[in-house]
Amino acid sequence: MTASTDVRPAGEPGLPAEAPARDRRHYSPIGRPRPTGGDRAELAAWYLMRLTGLGLFVLALSHFLITHVLFDPANQTAEWIQAHRWESNLWRYVDGTLLVLVVFHSFTGVRTVIQDYVSNGRARAVILVVLVVAGLLLAFLGIWAVTTAPVPPP
Amino acid sequence: MLKLTYRGGEGMVAWAFHRISGVAIWVFILLHVIDIWLSNVNATLYDDVLAIYASPPGRVGEMLLGAALLYHALNGLRIIVMDFWPPLTHYHRQIWIASWLIFVVVGLPVGYIILKPIWGG
Repeated sequence: MTASTDVRPAGEPGLPAEAPARDRRHYSPIGRPRPTGGDRAELAAWYLMRLTGLGLFVLALSHFLITHVLFDPANQTAEWIQAHRWESNLWRYVDGTLLVLVVFHSFTGVRTVIQDYVSNGRARAVILVVLVVAGLLLAFLGIWAVTTAPVPPP
Repeated sequence: MLKLTYRGGEGMVAWAFHRISGVAIWVFILLHVIDIWLSNVNATLYDDVLAIYASPPGRVGEMLLGAALLYHALNGLRIIVMDFWPPLTHYHRQIWIASWLIFVVVGLPVGYIILKPIWGG
């Protein structure tokens, strides 16, 4: 699998002005180009964004379909969640997986946004630390809920 | 069609929407994980939050969340497809139009079902 360097120069926000019109027509700022700088962590993040994205396409969309279309959120009280949604461990695993994927994907995405708009190195470093701490805390709260919610007696 | 001075075109609009919808979903995820945590530690407070979600303004927000999620998912798939099969970039306009067709066909009935209780349906 190679990056789309034939139609889109990696690491550049756009085509150079002298690019022929044919290339310009084919060019589209789609997503981030695959990192080519040799930084293995950045490359891993690039692949993981796409991998978790595929997982979320299935898990997040089906989660929304179930909780907002097949059921009405208005009826899904705390008691309902424990008695029905999390009655079986399978759904706890499904929701736990969704939680981990979405926390990774959304926080990594916000990190990309921060890197694009915050140029001050110190401010950027502080925000990134806050993001990591907040992400881990959120994952902890979610896993806590999904693993310890009691199943009420029938 | 939106006319943007900065390079413009479908790809630019797709990128802007992807970023806006992504940040919006992230904000909701912050709320949502905390409210689900509340359902475990303070059920009464969770049910109060749920009543806000179920109110008419809450339902409009719920519909917007669904729209952001559906757009982000479809456009994300479009990004992945073109990242790993670069020749398809030649058809990026067609893929863009197709993703909006799916968005409308799936989104309209879903939006209707979510908003229906507002007028007592």
